[in-house]
Amino acid sequence: MPNIYITSSCVINDHVVYKNNKKVFENKHANLPEFLLAAYDNLEIKYPKFYKMDNLSKLGWLAAENLLKENFIKENYKPDDVGIVLSNANSSLDADLKYLETVKDFPSPSLFVYTLPNIVIGEICIKNNFKGENAFFVFEQFDANFIKQYVSNLVINNILQTCICGWVDVIGENYKAALFLIEKNSNPNATDFTTENINNIYQQHNG
Amino acid sequence: MDKLIADLKKQIVDQLNLQDIKPEDIGDDEPLFVEGLGLDSIDALELIVLLQQHYKIKLESADDGPKVFRTVKTMAEYITAHQPKNV
Amino acid sequence: MNAEVYVAGVGIISAIGNNTAENLAALASEHAGMNEITYLDTFYRNKLPVAEVKLNNENLATLSGLSNNISRTALLSTIAAQEAINDAGIENFSSLRTGFISANSVGGMDKSENFFADFLADNKKGKLRNVINHECGSVTEITADKLGIKNYVSTISTACSSSANAIFFAARMIKHNMLDVVVAGGVDALTKFTLNGFNTLMILDQQYCKPFDENRKGLNLGEGAGYVVLVSERVAHSLKKEMYCRLSGYANANDAYHQTASSPDGTGSFLAMQNALKKSGLQPNDIDYINLHGTGTQNNDIAEGTAIARLFEGKYPKMSSTKSFTGHTLGACGGIEAAFSVLSIKHGIIYPNLRLQTPMKELPFVPEIKFLQNQKVNNVLSNSFGFGGNCSSLIFSKQ
Repeated sequence: MPNIYITSSCVINDHVVYKNNKKVFENKHANLPEFLLAAYDNLEIKYPKFYKMDNLSKLGWLAAENLLKENFIKENYKPDDVGIVLSNANSSLDADLKYLETVKDFPSPSLFVYTLPNIVIGEICIKNNFKGENAFFVFEQFDANFIKQYVSNLVINNILQTCICGWVDVIGENYKAALFLIEKNSNPNATDFTTENINNIYQQHNG
Repeated sequence: MDKLIADLKKQIVDQLNLQDIKPEDIGDDEPLFVEGLGLDSIDALELIVLLQQHYKIKLESADDGPKVFRTVKTMAEYITAHQPKNV
Repeated sequence: MNAEVYVAGVGIISAIGNNTAENLAALASEHAGMNEITYLDTFYRNKLPVAEVKLNNENLATLSGLSNNISRTALLSTIAAQEAINDAGIENFSSLRTGFISANSVGGMDKSENFFADFLADNKKGKLRNVINHECGSVTEITADKLGIKNYVSTISTACSSSANAIFFAARMIKHNMLDVVVAGGVDALTKFTLNGFNTLMILDQQYCKPFDENRKGLNLGEGAGYVVLVSERVAHSLKKEMYCRLSGYANANDAYHQTASSPDGTGSFLAMQNALKKSGLQPNDIDYINLHGTGTQNNDIAEGTAIARLFEGKYPKMSSTKSFTGHTLGACGGIEAAFSVLSIKHGIIYPNLRLQTPMKELPFVPEIKFLQNQKVNNVLSNSFGFGGNCSSLIFSKQ
């Protein structure tokens, strides 16, 4: 069985962005929308579509941008060799509720398009032109073992060469994102793609 | 008409979350879709909501969209021509 | 790794019937399931046609053996999944490693809507019981408990391709010898939420939908559930009955174009179909029937049609959109249409694409408009494409 590595990770939790376990951005005195906007500005990428996303897509998109920074995934892989497997507990409930609020007078089409959890995968794919297999699972809590097994299978069987996977969850002001970049080639930041390592990275920032 | 055009620009920026664009940056005759502001099909639907919300005008068919929403000026002309009489 | 995965049973509930036999009868008699809104309480009554399952929640509760204060989504799911298990006729079911992988996109939204209506009127009033089962996962748990499936339960939510994804995820678990039997597919109940939302997107036809017609105006929403029972080779050989067919290929790709619209040339659809063929080891001309995603929107049908024209260049299999019968059942459509595909192979039948009058001028082929019997149907391709660019194709093959 070939070795598979976590070559990059990004955790966003408690108003801090961590890349490979190092704090890269913090904005403690803000509500969630303000924090997400500040984290976007910090990236210094011009992508006006960001403003239109719901909080779940913004969070997942930001985590993916941080994850992919300096990793040259677009340059090193064909579009359909890059896949995304995400999970969360609250599906798109955050956007569902906001859309329902507008139904009373003028239902908003731009809110309705975010009332599915996998739209965040779509947003990451659109930004980076990733066309490989993608899936979104709803669990009560983060299941590192499931992610490890599911993604390993995709990579070992060459359905994908690289995969962005993990957890992106938002409900009101509560949120957490933990994304992992999985590749067959190691790099100086890499750790083995094991359940233990996934859990360590995920739990390290539960403060 | 000038006031209507200025109002519309502000409403468009608000409704479509164009946070990096100032209302005065939008040209009266600048195409809103694809090459100009780069709006997409969902934005078009939001503009339909905008017409209802602010001007009580109901665009009956989405097919009219491209014509009505070509520029801020065409929108203003459509609004003027279709203003409900009891408002 | 190269172990085969067989289909041992199917179960369907939709607007054209409460079980598989009723669905087949409606398909054969070309009887569509759209109607005025009857069961859903909404101001769109008499304005928009929908394809409702023709039973109220009390009747569904009786059929499923569940209480009628449970979400309609869970009731529909349980009825179709139970039919699929009964159909498979696996005597030692409880001694095998069993799984239930179900997809849905609305969860218990029907109940949550009632909660919010009451709650917004008076915030002491909403019944919390109604929101507890809101999230997509709990619908799956309720059904799995009722069916007695314990080893593995999972919920997939990738919009309208959800249940196709559930089916191929199930196949992988069997191939990897993690499970022996998996009931896989999906469910969605019609809700005000989705009706309103699709209406906001202006892609609902105010008449009965006309997939792949030049003058198509959009889709009709439907509801229902569809499941297949997938079994390992070992289980297949132990059963007394003949298997329906094999699940020989499957693939998923992202269109990477827009949140809700397909790219004009259907890149994602093309990749999904091409990779599913590759997986099954078949050539395009081995396919005898395509069950189209065919929603009836301008955008889907031209994107899907363009991708098919490119992949099957010059030699087109028979094809049709059975959404012209069931409406678009969202998270359930991949499951219902997988079941239709399996039945097409088993009975040698091709379903008609209803109300197709004027073929699309951009496409070099025309879907089938009549119900056909005594056909050679060895390989069927079933397409399911969803918002978020999520495109999936399944291929079923005669043994």
